[in-house]
Amino acid sequence: MARNHARPLSPHLQVWKWKIHFFVSIFNRLMGAGMATVGVALFTWWLVALSNGPAAYESFIKCITSPIGLVFPIGLTFAFFFHLSAGLRHFVMDSGAGFELTANRSWAWATVAVAVLLTALLWLIIFARMI
Amino acid sequence: MGSGTGLGRVRGLGSAKSGSHHWWLQRVTAIGNLLLILWLIFSLIRLPLGDYGAMRAWLANPLAAVPMALIVINTFWHFRLGLQVIIEDYVHGGMRVLTFGLLHLWTFGMGGFALFSILKIAFTGAANG
Repeated sequence: MARNHARPLSPHLQVWKWKIHFFVSIFNRLMGAGMATVGVALFTWWLVALSNGPAAYESFIKCITSPIGLVFPIGLTFAFFFHLSAGLRHFVMDSGAGFELTANRSWAWATVAVAVLLTALLWLIIFARMI
Repeated sequence: MGSGTGLGRVRGLGSAKSGSHHWWLQRVTAIGNLLLILWLIFSLIRLPLGDYGAMRAWLANPLAAVPMALIVINTFWHFRLGLQVIIEDYVHGGMRVLTFGLLHLWTFGMGGFALFSILKIAFTGAANG
């Protein structure tokens, strides 16, 4: 395929200096891809099992509440909250705001903090109810 | 635009005139996801997830079945748009065509199973196992 090699390909994972702004942007994409694959598979499995009967649903619940299985719902809720806060950051940047170096850095850190805090809060509530 | 002949530019780099529409749809579906998935999380933490009968009864209600069906439409649309951009950035040539095919298969395959399961429960009711 004809491509002008003088023009850059986007995004350049190798030549960027890893800073928090770039990390949040690429991690946002990674979390989206994770939800679109693992999350969608789990979501569909949950619904198919629920529509198939008690035995199918019980084996789904057994898998997802096992110590290894719990990694998936916890990971996916973190991915959602990260994708949410980083997505809102992109909404602000789409409007042309928040590109000043210090503001951009602070908001990038804030997206990470919000995602971690919301995930921790959600699972504290869930585990508190199970006790 | 870059250097190169006009023909070369059209062959390799011409705009498909749909980029901004794609970008805009990604934002519109993002707002939908924000509302729908927050609704799902708030619903799930108040439900007895291990109780088959209770979960069936919940999903048999239109107030749950309709937002769930909307998730399959809106969220799946959003992830299809997003994965497309990732593929366009990192996969080239013939592999790109193949990956796009797999993306469609994944989106509509999973979407079909998810949507059918929701509708089955919604139309057959909670009691039906």
